Amino acid sequence: MNRRIDPAYWFLAPALSVIVIFFFVPVAASVLLSLTDFDIYAVASRADLRFVGADNYLRLLHEPLFWVALRNTLYFVLIGGPLSVGVSLAAAVLLSAKVVRFRGVLRTIFFLPVVTTLVAVAMVFRYVYHPRFGLLNYGLSFVGIGPIDWLGDPHWAMPAIILMAVWKNFGFNMVIFIAGLQSIPERLYEAAGIDGAHSWAQFRYVTLPMLAPTFLFVAVMTMIGYFQLFAEPYVMTQGGPAHSTLSIVLLMYQEGFRWWNMGYAAAVAFVLFAIILSLTLVAMRLRRQEPLGTPLPGERPDAFRDRPSRRRQKKAAPQGERKSASDSESNDSSTVRAEALEARLPHSPLAAR
Amino acid sequence: MKRRLQAALLYGVLGSAAVVTLLPLLWMVSASFMPTGEATALPPRLLPSRLTLEHYQALFTRLSLARYAVNSALLAVGVTLVSLLLNSMAGYAFAKFRFGGRDRIFQALLAALVIPGQVAMLPLFLMLKEMGVINTYWGVIIPGMASVFGIFLMRQYAVSIPDTLLDAARIDGAGEFRIYWSLVLPACTPILVTLAIFTFMGTWNDFLWPLIVLTDDRMYTLPVALANLAGEHVQDIELMMAGAVLTVLPVVVVFVALQRYYIAGILSGSVKE
Repeated sequence: MNRRIDPAYWFLAPALSVIVIFFFVPVAASVLLSLTDFDIYAVASRADLRFVGADNYLRLLHEPLFWVALRNTLYFVLIGGPLSVGVSLAAAVLLSAKVVRFRGVLRTIFFLPVVTTLVAVAMVFRYVYHPRFGLLNYGLSFVGIGPIDWLGDPHWAMPAIILMAVWKNFGFNMVIFIAGLQSIPERLYEAAGIDGAHSWAQFRYVTLPMLAPTFLFVAVMTMIGYFQLFAEPYVMTQGGPAHSTLSIVLLMYQEGFRWWNMGYAAAVAFVLFAIILSLTLVAMRLRRQEPLGTPLPGERPDAFRDRPSRRRQKKAAPQGERKSASDSESNDSSTVRAEALEARLPHSPLAAR
Repeated sequence: MKRRLQAALLYGVLGSAAVVTLLPLLWMVSASFMPTGEATALPPRLLPSRLTLEHYQALFTRLSLARYAVNSALLAVGVTLVSLLLNSMAGYAFAKFRFGGRDRIFQALLAALVIPGQVAMLPLFLMLKEMGVINTYWGVIIPGMASVFGIFLMRQYAVSIPDTLLDAARIDGAGEFRIYWSLVLPACTPILVTLAIFTFMGTWNDFLWPLIVLTDDRMYTLPVALANLAGEHVQDIELMMAGAVLTVLPVVVVFVALQRYYIAGILSGSVKE
C-alpha cells in the first residue's frame, strides 16, 4: 500500500497547487483585505495600508449605493429566477409531450442562447431594445403599446435585463427538467389515468411532485447564479439609468477595479458570499429533511414509493453523511452531484474565474 | 378531433417559442450584412436590401478584430489543454489511488464550489500583479489551469475504469505516468471531450476576469474588445452586429457539432445517466 502513495501525490500536486495558490489563498486573503483600507495609494505602496477592522462593513451599511445594488440584485433574482425556472419547466413539459416530433431540433434551438457569448448577445439586445429602431418596440407597436425606452427608463431597465436573462438561460434548466421528466415512470401516469386524472391533474399530482427534487435543485442553483449578475448591466446600461441596474458584482467591480477601493470592494464580495452561502445551507437543510426513503415536502407520501432508485441519486445528500474511504466510491457520486452542477451554470463562480 | 386540436396548439406554442428564441440571433446576422444606416431605418428592416461584407472588412482592417480573435482562440485553447491535463491527472488520482486524506481533500474541494469566484478576484489580481503577469496571456491561463469541477467530472468517470486493467499494466512493468497516459486517458475520451467543450466555451465566453486582467487594448479577447467597441461605435449598429456574429460563431459551431457531449455533461451533474 505504502508504495502507491507517492504517485498519487505526483498526480495531484499540479492541480491542487493551482487551486490552493490561485483560489484558496486569494479567498483567505480577501478576508484580510476586507478588514483594511486598501485603496489606490496602497496599490502603489503597501506602506499606506491600515487595518481598519469592520469599518468597511459598517460603511456598507450606511452607503445608499450598496443598498441600491442589493435591492436591484434581489429584484433580478426574485423576479428573474422564478421566471427563468417557470419558462424552463414549461418548455421541458411541452417538449416532452408524446406527440412532439423534431424534438432534437427544437431542443437545440432552445439551448442555443445558453452557449452564446453573453457580451455579444447583450449588444444584440441593446439593439432589440432600442426605443426607435429596435425590434421589440416595433413588434409592440402593432398591438398599440407605445414606444418604451427599455434601457433608458429606470423602471424598465431591469425588466429588460430580466427578459434577456430568461431568453439566454432557460434552455439550460430545460435540459435538466427534461431528464427529470424522463425518469418519471410511465406507469404512474397510467395509474393516474385509470383513476380518471386528466392532463392537468396528471401534471399537478404526478409530474410536479415527482419533479420536486429537481425543481428545488434547479431553483437554488439558478438563484445562486443570478446573484452574480454582472455582464448584462455592464454592457447594456453601465448600471444605469439612475443606478437602476447596478448589481452587487458590478458595484464590487467598480469599487475594486475602477476606483481601486479594494478593501471596501472585498467587503462587498463577502456580502455576496454570505448570501450565496446561506442559500446553499438552506438548500442543504431542505434536502436533509428527507433522508433516504422519505419524500420531499410537497411530495405525496405513499403513492410513489416504488420509484426507481436512480431518482435518489439526483439529490445531493449532505456532505456530512459521506461514507468512509473504503466504500465511498460507490456512494459519493450522488453526494456531490448537486455541488458540481453549480459549476456549470451560466453565471457560475467558476465561469467567472 | 380534440386530440388534433391539442397537437396543433402544442406545435403552435413550440413553433412560436422557437421563432422568438431564434429571432434575436437571426436579426443579429441579418443586420450585420446590411449597408451602413439600414439597421437604423424606420420602420425597422428584417432583411438587408442588399448583402454587404463591408462591416466584416472594417472589423478586420480598421479595428484589428483578427488580433482579438487570435487572443481569444489562444487563451481558450491554452486553458483547455492545460486544464485537461491537470484535472485529468488529479481526477484519476482521486478515483484510483488510496492515500491519506483523500476523501477529506476531495470534500474540501467540493465545499469550495460554494464560494463565488468574485471573492477571490481582488487578491488574485494583486497577486498576479506582483508576479508581473497582469496584461499577459498568463494572467488568464494561470488561474484557469485547474478547476474543481473538472477534477470532479474526471474522477466520476475514472472510477469506472477496472482496477484489474491498471494492475495488469503494473505487473507488466508500466510506470505510473505511462499507465495514466496510455491507458487511463484513452479510456476517458468521452469525458475529456465533454470537459474540453465546457472549458473552451467557458473561456471563450468569459468576460469579467479578462476584463480585469487584460488592461491593454492589444491583449483584449473578443468579448472584452466588443464591450469596448460598443462604447465608441454605439451608432454603428451594423458594425457591432458583425462583431457579435464573429464572437458567437465559434461557440455555436462547436456546440452544434458536439452537443451530444455537451448535454451529456450537464446531465451527468444532475441525473445519473
